[in-house]
Amino acid sequence: MAQKIETERLNAYFGAVHAVKDVDLGIPENKITAIIGPSGCGKSTLIRCFNRMHEVVHGARVTGKVMLDGKNIYDADMDPVLVRTKVGMVFQKPNPFPTMSIYDNVAAGLRLNGVKDWNRLDKTVEKSLKLAALWDEVKHQLDASGVSISGGQQQRLCIARALAVEPEALLLDEPCSALDPIATAKIEDLLFDLKNSYTIVIVTHNMQQAARIADYTAFMYMGELIEFGVTKTIFEAPDKELTEKYITGRFG
Amino acid sequence: MSLEIRTFRRRKLVNLLASAAALSCVVVALIPLASILVEVAVKGYGALSWGFISNPIIPGGGIGNAILGTLQLVFYASLVGLPVGILTGIYVSEFGDNVFGRTIRFFNDVLANFPSIVIGLLAYSLFITYFGFSILLGAIALAIIMIPVVANTTEEALRMVPNSLREASLALGVPRWKTVLKIMISNGKAGMVTGALLAIARITGETAPILVTARYSYYWALSPSDPTASLPVAIWFNALDQSVTAQQEAWGAALILIILVLSLNIVVRLLTRRNRFSNSYQMVKKSWLRKSKQSA
Amino acid sequence: MDMRFRGASFRPKSVRALGGDFAFHLFVGIVAFSAFILVWVLVAQMVYGAYPSMKALGFRFLTDATWDSGKGQFTVIPLVAGTLTTSGIAILLGVPISIGIAIYLSELSPAWIREPLSFVIELLAAVPSVIYGLWGIYFLAPVLSHNVDPILVSLLGWTPLFQGTAGGFSKLTAGVILAIMIIPTVASISKEAMMAVPNSQREAALSLGATRYQTTRIGVLTYARSGIFGAAILGLGRAVGETMAVAMTIGNSPTISWNLLDPGTTMASMIANNWGEDLGDPFKLSVLLEIAVVLFVVALLINVFARLVIGKAMKPVQSGGAGL
Repeated sequence: MAQKIETERLNAYFGAVHAVKDVDLGIPENKITAIIGPSGCGKSTLIRCFNRMHEVVHGARVTGKVMLDGKNIYDADMDPVLVRTKVGMVFQKPNPFPTMSIYDNVAAGLRLNGVKDWNRLDKTVEKSLKLAALWDEVKHQLDASGVSISGGQQQRLCIARALAVEPEALLLDEPCSALDPIATAKIEDLLFDLKNSYTIVIVTHNMQQAARIADYTAFMYMGELIEFGVTKTIFEAPDKELTEKYITGRFG
Repeated sequence: MSLEIRTFRRRKLVNLLASAAALSCVVVALIPLASILVEVAVKGYGALSWGFISNPIIPGGGIGNAILGTLQLVFYASLVGLPVGILTGIYVSEFGDNVFGRTIRFFNDVLANFPSIVIGLLAYSLFITYFGFSILLGAIALAIIMIPVVANTTEEALRMVPNSLREASLALGVPRWKTVLKIMISNGKAGMVTGALLAIARITGETAPILVTARYSYYWALSPSDPTASLPVAIWFNALDQSVTAQQEAWGAALILIILVLSLNIVVRLLTRRNRFSNSYQMVKKSWLRKSKQSA
Repeated sequence: MDMRFRGASFRPKSVRALGGDFAFHLFVGIVAFSAFILVWVLVAQMVYGAYPSMKALGFRFLTDATWDSGKGQFTVIPLVAGTLTTSGIAILLGVPISIGIAIYLSELSPAWIREPLSFVIELLAAVPSVIYGLWGIYFLAPVLSHNVDPILVSLLGWTPLFQGTAGGFSKLTAGVILAIMIIPTVASISKEAMMAVPNSQREAALSLGATRYQTTRIGVLTYARSGIFGAAILGLGRAVGETMAVAMTIGNSPTISWNLLDPGTTMASMIANNWGEDLGDPFKLSVLLEIAVVLFVVALLINVFARLVIGKAMKPVQSGGAGL
């Protein structure tokens, strides 16, 4: 099974705080991998190392390697700007650009990268909105403000926006935690459809969600990767006692 | 996407240029500041001497009467401006949740940045017949300038006090007025002191309102009902006069004035290192922003 | 319901305490009220003082083009033109620089430099206007006149804006000083507006592969633009009312001309420059007061507008509810 993203002794720090400790993890290609664990275990920090967003925070740093298709994204000759066009991200709280229309939001990534051709923009916007299961709902109001739609729709808009730059992997940081169950279900469905073309990593504090949609699951605790494996195995016959405790709800 | 590689280098270049442009804006703004400080220091330094500070303009060629005039103006203005400003600020903060309170608040904000020459003329219009051109008239004008500034900063200072303190005090049966007083003294004190200092720094440097009210004089002002010289007006009157004494007076006064004003600002900064009010603009502007958020 | 308050309301306050509260409320209210009323009384008085001039000049004050004090022809038009010109220059030069400073402080500077640098920039606001004027006379005006104006004339002399040189006292010089004077205000409010932009916006842009500059452009500036606009209007208000620095550098000639290198005059500087001499002549005095009334109205409109714009700008962005 091909690894899209592979980390090698990955450590992440916020100043003196050691948030991610010596993680060796392989994210399989074109599958959904969930990262679960109690609050503060470092799962968000971990995925933010995958698209070099972690270092944006003042005082944050990373040691170790993160290989994207075999190339270390932290190499000296790799520019974070380019890395981020290859690995997209959707955040916990939907963050569409409020001063832009739905169309402009989705097209934003393309325009940032220099695409000006209307045709291409039109086609990509439509394709991305369809992938994000939002096209039918907004196709008649593409000029409406990005924030004039509901929370769940905004989050799908953010997914469309991230997909428009045609990344190779998509990272989602607790994308449904601000949404109601119906909106959550819509997003879970579309992720399921997406995994055929994209490698998906989803951080979630909702174990049932991981069990529902993820092919693979990684369990983190206090900055360390405790266990990784096929979801079914993790939930039914985990290797480590800590994993079992978490799964059965004995803590966190 | 191959297109990134094409546009990528251009984007990085633009990024670099933009950052350089932003930094150069900072430098461009700092140059006049440095230039002013240097010019005033160099040209004013030669004028300073004990005689300069203690002699009046006539006789003696000093600016002692201007210094004293400024001190007197600030003193009398503060006598009125500080209490009224503080009380207005208390009203708006503690009792102001009504139309009247909001009107006053709005009005204060507008008045705080108003052309000071107009304010001087306002004072002149009504009070000239009672006071004549005098320190008192000037003090009235300056007080009018002070009041909105002090009211704003007082309101800000009181607003920073968490409501739970008020509620706890009231719940214990302490009367409203005592509660407010206690809060002011214990928690609001720092904010009010810095607000007062900033207001004083501001009026010390004001020229136009004094020009039209307290006018100018070459002599010691013997009583508050006399006109007087003041540091800013001394600069104004002597600026274009090329004679040596006039230039001395102008630059010397400028040096003393700038030392006074900057010292006050620096003292305020040292006092308020923990909170964000580091000068009058920040305070007025902060209260501006905060109030706008509420009224929105 | 909050148990504390239930208990408090049942506890009867002593009459003295009640009376004390009432008296306090009343006292503070009266002071605030009087201060408020007093200002409007003063305004009325100023208008009254301007009345002889208003009566004599009528609408010509607002429409005549030439100011000729020898012929008793007074008009506010050249003054307004001067005010608009110098303020216009101030905004054109000062606002972009302020935005650049705000961007640097908010987005680019290392954290340790932000506070001290902000303080230093805001020191520009602490320098009294008259000292700006003094510096303007002896430093800026000669520099502009010898070094900058000739370049402007040679490059842009084909426009009516830059013709010949009349020494350093000109609308341009006054405009440049005003630009410097409004920088601290506009920069610091713009900076606040930018810092108030939630980080999620920057993250959204960055995650799409935006450079720092692009992130600032689409993530921050668009979001903060109404706050920045309000800051600019506030700067305009300050420029319009600025008196001393302008009076000392503008050359004081109540003429209208397109040439920025010509001297001119503004409402505020006209009053300041003539206050001494004209006091003997009560009519001239009321003319000055009439100018002040016009200035008052203009400043009031600008400041009120600025406040309303900033108020709307800081409204939190509306978004749809959580759900579908």
